[in-house]
Amino acid sequence: MEIDLKILRYDPENDKKGHWEYYKVDAEPEERILDLLHKIKWFEDGSLSFRKSCAHGVCGSDAMVVNGENMLACQVLVKEVSNPIKIEPIRGLPVVKDLIVDMEPFFDSYKKVLPYLINNDDPGDRERLQSPEDRDKFEDTTKCILCAACTTSCPVFWTAESYIGPAAIVNAHRFVMDSRDQGSKQRLEIMKDVNGAFRCRTAFNCTSACPRGIQVTKAIEDVKRETLLNN
Amino acid sequence: MKIVKHSFDGIIVGAGGAGLRAAIEAAPTMKLAVITKLYPTRSHTGAAQGGMSAALANVEEDNWNWHAFDTVKGSDYLADQPAVDILCKEAIDAVVELEHWGLPFSRLESGKIAQRRFGGHTIKEGAAPAFRACYAADRTGHMILQTLYQKCVSMGVEFFDEFQVLDIKIEDGVCKGVVAYEIATGDLHVFEARAVTFATGGFGKIFKVSSNAHSLTGDGPGMLYQKGIPLEDMEFYQFHPTGIYRLGILLSEAARGEGGILRNKDGERFMERYAPSIKDLAPRDMVSRAIATEISAGNGAGPNNDYVYLDLTHLGEEAIMKKLPDITDFVRTYVKIEPINDPIPVQPTAHYAMGGIPTDVNGRVLSDHKGGVIEGVYAAGEAACVSVHGANRLGTNSLLDIVVFGKRAGQSMVDYVSSTKASTLNESAADDLSNKINNLMEKEHTTEFSVANIRSELQDSMEENAKIFRSKETLDNQTEILANLRERYQNVTIQDKGKVFNSELLEAIELDYLLDMADTTVASALARKESRGAHSREDFPDRDDKKFMKHSFAFKNGNSVKLEYKDVELGKYEPMERKY
Ligand SMILES: Cc1cc2nc3c(=O)[nH]c(=O)nc-3n(C[C@H](O)[C@H](O)[C@H](O)COP(=O)(O)OP(=O)(O)OC[C@H]3O[C@@H](n4cnc5c(N)ncnc54)[C@H](O)[C@@H]3O)c2cc1C
Ligand code: SF4
Ligand code: FES
Repeated sequence: MEIDLKILRYDPENDKKGHWEYYKVDAEPEERILDLLHKIKWFEDGSLSFRKSCAHGVCGSDAMVVNGENMLACQVLVKEVSNPIKIEPIRGLPVVKDLIVDMEPFFDSYKKVLPYLINNDDPGDRERLQSPEDRDKFEDTTKCILCAACTTSCPVFWTAESYIGPAAIVNAHRFVMDSRDQGSKQRLEIMKDVNGAFRCRTAFNCTSACPRGIQVTKAIEDVKRETLLNN
Repeated sequence: MKIVKHSFDGIIVGAGGAGLRAAIEAAPTMKLAVITKLYPTRSHTGAAQGGMSAALANVEEDNWNWHAFDTVKGSDYLADQPAVDILCKEAIDAVVELEHWGLPFSRLESGKIAQRRFGGHTIKEGAAPAFRACYAADRTGHMILQTLYQKCVSMGVEFFDEFQVLDIKIEDGVCKGVVAYEIATGDLHVFEARAVTFATGGFGKIFKVSSNAHSLTGDGPGMLYQKGIPLEDMEFYQFHPTGIYRLGILLSEAARGEGGILRNKDGERFMERYAPSIKDLAPRDMVSRAIATEISAGNGAGPNNDYVYLDLTHLGEEAIMKKLPDITDFVRTYVKIEPINDPIPVQPTAHYAMGGIPTDVNGRVLSDHKGGVIEGVYAAGEAACVSVHGANRLGTNSLLDIVVFGKRAGQSMVDYVSSTKASTLNESAADDLSNKINNLMEKEHTTEFSVANIRSELQDSMEENAKIFRSKETLDNQTEILANLRERYQNVTIQDKGKVFNSELLEAIELDYLLDMADTTVASALARKESRGAHSREDFPDRDDKKFMKHSFAFKNGNSVKLEYKDVELGKYEPMERKY
């Protein structure tokens, strides 16, 4: 079938601002949006730029706005979206070229939550023990692939870039809820900051945007609760 | 072109499991940087699903010697046995160390790390399938990658994200540094460094149907090959039995480890005929051949009889959702099938390179088949060939390989840097690369010589002629096709002439590496007149230990490939017939 695509393009070397370009591509209903972008790039216009790697929703490279919603281009099939398909870069981060945004502010926020296990006890020469129930408490947030779909769907983040954003809170949750971790105090201190978890207005956009099906809003609520308990 | 100069003691190229593990080892004692074309967490290690083996004996009796026996047998006796001993012995500490760094393994009721069965892993040298694969649901690689990256963040390791290394400088057999392209600006960066580790991953993109990421184009092996360094055992490429039909997206062997069954169009569990004792859990080379054989015998399913089924329906919803959640999602997303109720169409998919940059057990890169080394150059992970996987890798042994030998390469960097003086390299080191780039930027674009056209012909023809079964005829044919593609590549052109995120330019350079990978694969396969592990010659169906208990070393010789051989290092296990 023939698909009409409308892509918001921006070339920093030639354009003052973004503009729409229109394409027609032949596609099977089972093809991924990413496949369509490749068809354009490989066989029509080599300058179209977007990130990609794994092509099956596990690396987090290709979050973009498709028909108004954040998703991974490699995880959505042609038959699941309405024609014409409108594609834009994710919002709230500076656009570098076409569908590519500057990810540095996003990763800076991630690093702020001390995203690593903190435990200074001698673990001995075998694994630490953890019950399956304790392990389950943070199962959901271990799935995060740092794609930024959640953070860039958040209305609070659009208006206040300094907000640490859902993805960073998800990664704080991953450690705060881990029975082996001893760094919660430091992390929750960061969450109390004006740009921390309490900026969240429970809009739920993040949860619907997450391609890994993480209950993002719930994780944020868990972290808020832990922060209050820790006070 | 703007050129920026940096000075480091050590550089690691690649931030997958192997590169990050090396970085953790090397960073504390030297000025170190990790250069990576993808953000670290987007490396393909994150796609690994099923598990990482170590004889922890958490579920039942186990012993690293049994793991070594299975690895050697699985390799069809081509692995170097002293290296395999290191892999399996150090496995236990490697897993425990990852747990200490926070890796969220799935757990047993006892609180210990959970372990599951996987193809080719047995207890007591073949008595029964072993519970040896340590796992975190079916996203073990994701957890390993995240944990190692988290550790690097906590240590303050310096990263150059979205920088692509495209040249290495070696003078008189001694490493001087690398040259990288900054993807966001098009600037070139000269990194002087006396120790460089290549951990650039595999090259599954030489085939059409593949479980590999778009980024897996053999950059590390390609760059070194072009400098005269040989590539080892390139004829051994693994096809994983269960890729999603047509897409190649992997469905982990863990699916069969948990009890999944392969069936042909009649619903028959055909593996009973090919591997009566361990059936669906036979090593990958055997299962992929069995599938290919079923398909050519007309037992494939579907309108074109070209796939088989992976049946999970008897496992029950709870086990599927708890132990195999991600692959269940892949099937739902990409084939719109419900694995709880219906069998899944699968076909073998290009998956893993056993061959690559030759190294010793300390990650040092070998300059020839006689044991020479290049001072200061190291390699680890899928880009390297130690060789612990020989002619066929067992599932779960790669995640193990990347951490065990990633660490060892890092240690070698430490030793080397502490005993040598800083190297010097000036801006002119970027000249070769800058000429190459200018040349591509200036040439006028024509579709005939577009990257995508040449690349898709490469992938289609490799799929046709050099996949599971090969013969002199198909390989001769492919040699000719490759020569023609190589000629066309000399004129390759690109449309994008910009500096910012010019991924078309990078794809053009990567295509050169892909062609190198294909050339060496086909030349090595043509010369190996036997069938061993993943290399199956229809015209030489038997293993020939007299002539071929040898590793191949492929050298670049103008536009052709020159082959030399090195004896396999044997150990306690005598080669025997491989039956399961
Ligand atoms: C779908 C799938 C499932 C798998 N499941 C398992 C499993 O369950 N168990 C198991 O043991 N193995 C498994 N494997 C195999 C295993 O995951 C890989 O072999 C292993 O992760 C490779 O790790 P690596 O560090 O060598 O490379 P990668 O993780 O691929 O990393 C390569 C790195 O190199 C960088 N790079 C490449 N070229 C350049 C360049 N020119 N300049 C700068 N940087 C560069 C990339 O950015 C990346 O950071 C699986 C593989 C796949 C594809
Ligand atoms: S929480 Fe989900 S949407 Fe947000 S970064 Fe992680 S994977 Fe992406
Ligand atoms: S390309 Fe990896 S998530 Fe889409």
